[in-house]
Amino acid sequence: MSALLSVGAITVRFDGVTAISGASFEVKQGELLGLIGPNGAGKTTMLRVITGVVRQSSGTVLLEGRPLDGLPTHLRIRRGLALSQQIVRPFRDMSVIDNVALAAGADKTTSPVKALFRTGRERELKIGHQLLSRLGIERQANESPQIQPMGILKRLELARALALEPRLLLLDEPLAGLNSKEARLLADTITEINRSGTTIILIEHNLGEVLRVCSRLVVLDNGVKIADGEPEAVMNDATVRAAYLGTGAAAQSGGQHAAA
Amino acid sequence: MEYEISLATTMAISVLFALSLNLITGFCGQISLGHAAFLGVGAYASGMLAKAGVPFLLTLPLAMLLSGALGIVVGFASLRVRADFLAITTMGVGFLFVGIVRQQDALGGEMGISAIPDTGMSKLAFMLLAVAMAAAAGLLSTYVRRCWMGRVFAAIAEDEDTVRVMGIDVPRFKLTAFALGTALAGLAGGLYAQHLKFIAPDSFGFIESITVLSMVVVGGIGSVVGVSVSAAVLSVLPSWFQVIGDYKLLVYGGLLFLMMRFSPGGMAALVARIFHPDRWGSK
Repeated sequence: MSALLSVGAITVRFDGVTAISGASFEVKQGELLGLIGPNGAGKTTMLRVITGVVRQSSGTVLLEGRPLDGLPTHLRIRRGLALSQQIVRPFRDMSVIDNVALAAGADKTTSPVKALFRTGRERELKIGHQLLSRLGIERQANESPQIQPMGILKRLELARALALEPRLLLLDEPLAGLNSKEARLLADTITEINRSGTTIILIEHNLGEVLRVCSRLVVLDNGVKIADGEPEAVMNDATVRAAYLGTGAAAQSGGQHAAA
Repeated sequence: MEYEISLATTMAISVLFALSLNLITGFCGQISLGHAAFLGVGAYASGMLAKAGVPFLLTLPLAMLLSGALGIVVGFASLRVRADFLAITTMGVGFLFVGIVRQQDALGGEMGISAIPDTGMSKLAFMLLAVAMAAAAGLLSTYVRRCWMGRVFAAIAEDEDTVRVMGIDVPRFKLTAFALGTALAGLAGGLYAQHLKFIAPDSFGFIESITVLSMVVVGGIGSVVGVSVSAAVLSVLPSWFQVIGDYKLLVYGGLLFLMMRFSPGGMAALVARIFHPDRWGSK
């Protein structure tokens, strides 16, 4: 399998603070990669480097072998990335279906002139409805996002990202704020999306679900990559256990997995 | 009849002007406190060109071009600053326009430009032209709302960072909103200059910018019908009630404040709330 995304020796400094230092990893075509680490490890910053919201001090990001460095965010998205944000941000003045249809109309919004001369959106609404039913929120299609519970909004965020038909889907803590049952169901949905061909990077604190669904893990701690590999092996790694539980706790916790 | 025709012309020009700001502030969410500067650019361009012998109807597209081009330049500010800071920046642009024009002898300085040559149209024909232009701006606005550009504008107005991660070139859309809105303001300015035959820097100052913003806010930010109605009504109030003309900034500023405080969606939202109380997000 070839690398869809390859992150090479990324370093990010903010005013003298090093958020990420020399981290490298690859995402292979078709993978569901878990990007994990304690709070402040640099996971979200890494995602922002990939989407171009944050510029790295050094290092390079390649998508299908072509560098993304220097490209503005919207062009990186057009190259095949999509992001589901940690804090859900639906357009609250639009209905749920309108949110998804806007993303599905990406080929009509490449430029203002093109957008000015396109009015119809039957195709986009159809795609939108398909995605909503795939994510199980079809019933809320014509409702306002303002009245939806977090579980629905998380799925809307995901539907909107999928509407861009990404080659690489970036999920920033999609399970945060959900109860265990909702989290489990959404994790299943994410697995299903991955099986149907979308490569995914999943940032998530819910380790139970991460271990259940991810095929490989990359662990960051204090901006440094400390592990990369099979979930079982990574979680048994002493450095990883120390990063999560502290050195003393790791010794005490014995064979238990670091629970979420 | 002469008076009514003149009044109708004033109303039409105000509707056109308010709709032009509505494109920028209402549709795309970019606040402007200096929009009168673009009315001024159009008015001065049209007036000067007419005095130089250019046929009136030809001065209008030229006024739009110049105004729209300057609008794009100011639009670049919206790529750097947002919300409150954009308000302050555009306010500065408004003051800058008046300040510069005042100092230019070529533009008539403090005294402005008078004796703008006649259009060759009858008062009635000129009124019909102004009404037609306002109606065209209304149709354009309605169309923009329904096309993909309008959908992107609405999304930018709400959360431009999210629009960016949807792969949309936010800066270009914002500049387009500024170009369209300021070009229409330039058209309104051209009509304004020809209607009054006399223009001076003070007609395009801060008070005028606040007046047009209050027309948009009172009508309902983004609502084409609401903004048209409120612009038509508010533009003739000073002619009917002397006191409003004397305390324009107080009256319009007060209206602006009251609307923002008690009905941020303007009259359009009030009406919608009365007729469709069950509908969410009437806009």
